[in-house]
Amino acid sequence: MTHDQPLLVVRDLTKYFPIKRGVFGNISGQVRAVDGVSFDVAAGETLALVGESGCGKSTTGRAVLRLVEPTSGSVYFEGDDLLALGAGDLRRVRRKMQIVFQDPFSSLNPRMSIGAIVREGLTIHRLAEGSAADARVRQLLEEVGLRPEYATRYPHEFSGGQRQRVGIARALSVEPRFIVCDEPVSALDVSVQAQVVNLLQDLQRDRGLAYLFIAHDLSVVEHIADRVAVMYLGHIVEHAPVDALFSTPTMPYTQALLSAVPAPDPGVKRERILLAGDVPSPANPPSGCVFHPRCQHPARDAACAAIVPPLEEKAPGHWAACIKQTPTAVSWEAQRAAGGASPPEFYIPRAALHRSLDTSHSSPASE
Amino acid sequence: MTPPLLEIETLHTSFSTEAGIARAVDGVSFQLHAGETLGVVGESGCGKSVTALSILRLVRPPGRIEAGSAIRFEGTNLLALAERDMQHVRGNRIAMVFQEPMTALNPVFTVGDQIAEVARIHAGASRRSAAAKAVEMLALVGIPDPAQRATEYPHQLSGGMRQRVVIAMALVMNPALIIADEPTTALDVTIQAQILELLADLTRRLGTSVLLITHDLGVVAENCSRVIVMYAGEVVEESTTVELFAHAHHPYTEGLLGAMPRVGRGAERLATIPGTVPAPTAWPVGCRFRERCAFAWDRCAKDHPPLYQLGSGHQSRCHLAEEPNRRAHPHTPLAAASGVASA
Repeated sequence: MTHDQPLLVVRDLTKYFPIKRGVFGNISGQVRAVDGVSFDVAAGETLALVGESGCGKSTTGRAVLRLVEPTSGSVYFEGDDLLALGAGDLRRVRRKMQIVFQDPFSSLNPRMSIGAIVREGLTIHRLAEGSAADARVRQLLEEVGLRPEYATRYPHEFSGGQRQRVGIARALSVEPRFIVCDEPVSALDVSVQAQVVNLLQDLQRDRGLAYLFIAHDLSVVEHIADRVAVMYLGHIVEHAPVDALFSTPTMPYTQALLSAVPAPDPGVKRERILLAGDVPSPANPPSGCVFHPRCQHPARDAACAAIVPPLEEKAPGHWAACIKQTPTAVSWEAQRAAGGASPPEFYIPRAALHRSLDTSHSSPASE
Repeated sequence: MTPPLLEIETLHTSFSTEAGIARAVDGVSFQLHAGETLGVVGESGCGKSVTALSILRLVRPPGRIEAGSAIRFEGTNLLALAERDMQHVRGNRIAMVFQEPMTALNPVFTVGDQIAEVARIHAGASRRSAAAKAVEMLALVGIPDPAQRATEYPHQLSGGMRQRVVIAMALVMNPALIIADEPTTALDVTIQAQILELLADLTRRLGTSVLLITHDLGVVAENCSRVIVMYAGEVVEESTTVELFAHAHHPYTEGLLGAMPRVGRGAERLATIPGTVPAPTAWPVGCRFRERCAFAWDRCAKDHPPLYQLGSGHQSRCHLAEEPNRRAHPHTPLAAASGVASA
C-alpha cells in the first residue's frame, strides 16, 4: 500500500453463517459470506467495496465494525485489535467508527425526533449535555444541509434524501474518523443521489474522514472512490486505484460488471459481456476460481477449476485474482499439470472499456 | 401513418388523501406506435407508475381516473369498457411486468401452474395443454431445464429467474403491448443486462410494443427509440432518445442528465438539482419546476407552460422555447438560494 500508516487494517477476514436444518437446528453446512478478505483504508481516503447481491460486501462492512462477529481474521483500527477488545473498550473505539445505512426508512427510529436521533450518540459517549448538546445538534443538522429547526420533527415528515442526511448527521455527531457507508445512495432518486454523494465528498474534504463505501453501482463509485475492491462470492477478486480499475479492468468478472452498466449514449451501440446464469450459492462455491463457471476469458480451461487464483499484483498497485491474465506467478507448467490447455494471455474485451468508448464518441470517425 | 396502438389524452388520475386531493397524474397525453419501445422516465412521485396503472385501470380507491380522460387502445377507449371486457384486455392484449418479481408471483403455487393459469383463464386451454404451454414459455425466456423449473416454487428461483418467469407470464397470450414498470430496478447490473436483452429480443421477434417505465436514463438510452420525461404529474419533455440526450431542452431533463453518474467520466463532481419535488396536493401555479430552475423568471411564476413544439417529435414544457436567449443568464435557483438544501 502506498500509505505508510493505514487507519484501518483488515486481514483474512472471514464470516461463515451456519445453515441449520430441522427442529433441532443441526448445522448442515456453512454459507461463506466473507472468505479471507484483506484490505487497508488510510486516513482521509475512500475505499469502495463493489459487487452484486450476496457477494459479501455488506457483511464485510458490518464485520469490520463488529456489528456481526467475524468468524476469523483480524481488524486493526488505529493500531487497536478490534476483535480482541472487550465491550467497554469496543465502545470507546466505535466512537471513531460509524456507519450510514442503505435504507433511510428503516434505519431511523420513527418514534424519535430528528434531534433525539442525532443527540443519542452525544449522550452515550458523554460528549455533550444540556444546551451544549442542543447547540451541537443544530450545528450538525446545518452541516448536512438540513434546517436546525427540523430537530423537533419526526422521520416520517422527511423525504428519502433528507432522512439520509439525518443518518449522516447521526454518524458525524461523535466525530468519527472512519465511516462505513453501506449503499448510502442506492435507495435515492438520481438528482438526490448526486446531492448526497457531493455532501459525503465535502464532509470528507473538511474533516479528513475515511470511508469504506459499499456499493453495487460502479458509476457512483468512480465519482467518490480513491481505490476500489471488487468482491465476488466472498472474495476480493480485484483491487486497484480507481483510474486503473476503470481503464484496465483485469479480472474477467470486473470486466463483465463494467460492461453491464447501461451507457447513457443512445448513439453508441455497446457490446456487452452477457454473463451466463446466476451467481452460485456461497454455501457451495465452485472449486478453484469462484468465477470460472461464468468466465468469458478466452484462455479459461480446466486449470481455472483446479487452482485457487492468488490475488496478485498485475501492475504496480493493481491486484487481481486470475491465473489467465498475465503476468501471473502461477506458472504455465503448474497450470498444465492441473489440466490447463490454454496458456495465459492478457485480455480486455472492448465491451469492458467505457473510457475509450467516450473518446470514440467525441470523434465518431474512430468508432 | 397508421393510427397509434395506444393513445392517451389528458389523463387525470387523483387520490383523495387527508392532505387534500393529490393530482398524481395531471393531464398526461402521449402516443405509442405498434412495435415501438417508448420510455417513460422520471423520479419517485412524478406519476409514471400511476400512468401505467391507469392504462390497465388498476387504480384502486381512493384513487380515481377523472372524467375527461381518454385511453384509446387499438381504437377502443379503455375507460368506457365494462369491467368484464377490461379483464379481457388485461393479459390478452396488454400485459404488465412489475418491478419486484417476488411480490408479482404467488409463493404457494409452482411457477408452471402460475403461467398455465394465464393460458387456462384467457385462452380456455385444457389443464394438459396449459401445462405444456407453461414449459414452452419458460424455454422461450431462456430458463434452462424448463420442465423441471416449471415444478418449482418462486422462492427456489433467483431474482433474475423470477423476472424471466414474470415475462413468460406476460407473453403467454402474445399481447400487443407490454407495460414494464421498472422491470430491472430490483436486479443486479449483470442480471439487468440479461433481462433487458431478453425483453428486447423477444419484443423484436414477436413485434410487441413496450412501455418501459424507469428512473434510469442509461436503460432508456439503450432500449427506447422515444422517451417521455415526467415531472410533477406532467409530461415535461418528449423526444426521440437520440435527440433528448444530445439536445435536452427542459431544464429538468438537463438536470437529470447532469446528475446521472456515468462510468468513464472520472471523479468530476456531480451536478445536482437543488430542492425537492413539490407535494402533489398543491402543485405550484405556473411552472412546477420553477423553484428548482436556474432560468426561471417572473413569467414562470404566472403562466403554466404548455408543451411547446420544438421540432419534429420534440416537445418541451418550458417557456425557454419562446424566449431562448434567457438561457444565457442562469441564476441561483430559489430552492438553493435559501442556503439550505432540502432534499
